[in-house]
Amino acid sequence: MCVVGRWSLVVSKIPLAMLAVFFLCLSSALAETPEYGDAIVVASIGDARSLVPILASDSASSDICGLVFNGLVKYDKNIDIVGDLAKDWEITDGGRRIIFHLKKGVRWHDGAPFTSRDVRFTYNKLVDPKVKTPYGSDFGRIESLDTPDDHTVVVNYKEPFSPALSSWGMWIMPEHLLKDKDLNSAPFGRRPVGTGPYKFKSWKTGEKIELASNPDYFDGAPYIGRYIYRIIPDDATIFLELQTGGVDSSVLTPLQFTRQTDTPSFRSRYNKFRYPGFGYTYMGYNLSDGRFRDIRVRRAIDHAVNKEEIVRTVFFSLGRVITGPFIFDSWAYNKSVAPAPYDPSRAKELLKDAGWYDADGDGWIEKDGVEFEFTILINQGNNERLRSAEMIQNYLKAVGMRVKIRTLEWSALINDFINKRKFDAVLMGWFLPRDPDCYDIWHSSRTREGQFNFIGYGNGEVDKLLEEGRRTFDQEERALIYKKIHSLINADSPCLFLYSPDALPIVSKRFRGVEASPIGIGYNFTKWYVPKEEQKYK
Amino acid sequence: MFKYIFRKAVGLIPVFFGITLISFFVIHLAPGKPTDLNTALNPKVSYESRERLERLYGLDRPVYEQYASWLKRFVMFDFGRSFIDDRPVSERILERIPVTLGINISSMLLIFGIGLPLGVLAAVKRNRIVDRFSTVFVFAGFSAPEFWVALLAMSFFCITLGWLPVSGIKSLDFECLTMGGKILDVARHMVLPVCIAAFGSLAGISRYMRSSMIGIMDLDFIRAARAKGLSERAVIFRHAVKNAILPVVTIIGLSVPGLIGGSVIFESIFAIPGMGRLFYDSVMARDYPTIMGILSVGAILTLFGNLLADLLYHAADPRIRVEESRKL
Repeated sequence: MCVVGRWSLVVSKIPLAMLAVFFLCLSSALAETPEYGDAIVVASIGDARSLVPILASDSASSDICGLVFNGLVKYDKNIDIVGDLAKDWEITDGGRRIIFHLKKGVRWHDGAPFTSRDVRFTYNKLVDPKVKTPYGSDFGRIESLDTPDDHTVVVNYKEPFSPALSSWGMWIMPEHLLKDKDLNSAPFGRRPVGTGPYKFKSWKTGEKIELASNPDYFDGAPYIGRYIYRIIPDDATIFLELQTGGVDSSVLTPLQFTRQTDTPSFRSRYNKFRYPGFGYTYMGYNLSDGRFRDIRVRRAIDHAVNKEEIVRTVFFSLGRVITGPFIFDSWAYNKSVAPAPYDPSRAKELLKDAGWYDADGDGWIEKDGVEFEFTILINQGNNERLRSAEMIQNYLKAVGMRVKIRTLEWSALINDFINKRKFDAVLMGWFLPRDPDCYDIWHSSRTREGQFNFIGYGNGEVDKLLEEGRRTFDQEERALIYKKIHSLINADSPCLFLYSPDALPIVSKRFRGVEASPIGIGYNFTKWYVPKEEQKYK
Repeated sequence: MFKYIFRKAVGLIPVFFGITLISFFVIHLAPGKPTDLNTALNPKVSYESRERLERLYGLDRPVYEQYASWLKRFVMFDFGRSFIDDRPVSERILERIPVTLGINISSMLLIFGIGLPLGVLAAVKRNRIVDRFSTVFVFAGFSAPEFWVALLAMSFFCITLGWLPVSGIKSLDFECLTMGGKILDVARHMVLPVCIAAFGSLAGISRYMRSSMIGIMDLDFIRAARAKGLSERAVIFRHAVKNAILPVVTIIGLSVPGLIGGSVIFESIFAIPGMGRLFYDSVMARDYPTIMGILSVGAILTLFGNLLADLLYHAADPRIRVEESRKL
């Protein structure tokens, strides 16, 4: 009633012609009440490994677990933390204690009630040394976990740790089904039971996984009745399947996005989306190499490489140049830091200052008679990285550096070169968690073999800020800290920050309610629907 | 005869264990660990967590110890559990075998069904237009990259004409179909993979048949048959083909291990959950138990195929039989 009243108020003030248009829009909007039914077919390159949520470390397992399970908290469309299984929470004792109040009336897919005991059980398994979970470390900081009643969980930390709240996005497992089971080999991993919007239905290894909507979902039953996850290991085949309608949604490459889907048939049947991705690509230097230890050399490379042009050529401008190690659209990213301008002559000056110049006139720069020659290592199977490396090779040739590119299989690259720090430079990417804490990547204590600061970066001020960022809970205060870290790391140029490619999903037009947001398109998946007359699957 | 088979079979056992020993050490030579694929450079997975995983998989023990424990389990027919999903390796292999076997047997039938007559035809019409044409055809199939042919065929038959499904082995509504509908559905999905797999392998069989046939056609007994006044048809089918086909038949023995092998590229393009992909994924993930399981099955089948080829020769060619009995 109230809504109608407000409409009429607006209506009385606008001219008649516009009014007609307005009503047309209004009526079509009203006709589109969400309807239940239909199925969505999604393609994935790889099959899931295990659907035990705390063992799921590959993207396929995570995709499925994300629909079958819930965490205590989740990220909303603007990458802010909101409650999922938790109704709300309090942070007390200066960040040492988090008290979660759980939602009431939530049930597992088998009908059993969800309680705080399930949370305690999940925590116990996460820190159990016999469970093959890769996610134990964040939970190892917990001193004790109490469950005073069925709907309250009190977590006490040894010391304040602000990424802790987001770590409770970890999917919760049902105690009553897994109590005395060996999680590593439990059949549960092939037949999971969760609290999420979709119930597990079937899994044909290497072929497809099928989920059915959960009519009793606590956040409202999802409209789309079935979720079919097809395993199609070849990109070209997925693209052909999109053309025949065998797949409803997939992720496109920049080439497919700009050229191959720019046909009348694609435009009439699909909606394409674009939002900043959560990863970035960089060229990391081995900072124990004397040549790269000189900041003038690193700055020279920053000026010598035209990053804008790489994004334009390799990604058809579907990405952006970045200047620091955070998600572009997040509150931690410092947008006031400008990328170093493309300026080869400035690069040459800097190199000359550092003692590198072309003394013998052969086009390559030398210092004490030794040419500047280094190798960029990249991993096999990533064409965008290969093409970026080739462009960098060319830019650096223009300032007199001789660059070689070597492609290696992933495991070999990690074990024999990166972990042992046997490299000059590597072209790699980081896929970032939503929380900006990047202690493991940039702190000077994380440089041992196998740790993530393999370039060997160390800056006392950054170290201190990284520690402070972990202790601070207020988002605005944290934003200041991470923005400072951003500008400090950028000033040190410990690596060449290149770009963050955009995510480019495509979804069949019959699905309504799909919209891009900073966190992607999947956040409101349970609210997507297909109008009755367009439904394809029974 | 049985003594001969027994001696041969017993001789294969040390060969088999030699193969597993070499395989085991070679796969451990490849850099990397089973825990790499999903945990290396994942900022959500800490250094300490990875160390814990390596201990749980027993990867901190020396390789010879790992081999000894693998062997101990293997002789009791336990292939161990996969590092990927902790399911028994035998179960993971068995669920892939029906699809792979189905495609390989049907394409093999197609290869022999087309390749043999094509070879005979080419030999009979040697250096004539039919021979030239079939040579070009089979070698085109042999040289064209399979994935490229497959993509072109998919694009033409599935998108331009819309006759066949692009990939997979069943439709999404498979469960709702009638029995006849199910068979038709699987058949429609299998047409392209089977035909394209066969297209690439026609060259081998048809050229083998052709040269075997040409060798026979020049022999005296064929001339005698012709001199007897037999019709050309009778000369070719009753006399020549019968003799020429014998060496070709032994190829069947050698193709036994190929029956459970699959091509990764091929299975990836058609999204077929077969042995090729299982093996490739296992290698990429350094899933040692599964790799060893597949290699052992492959080794057993290869040795068995060799034995079978031996026996077929034995049965087909009296000269070999005599020589063997002399050696005994």
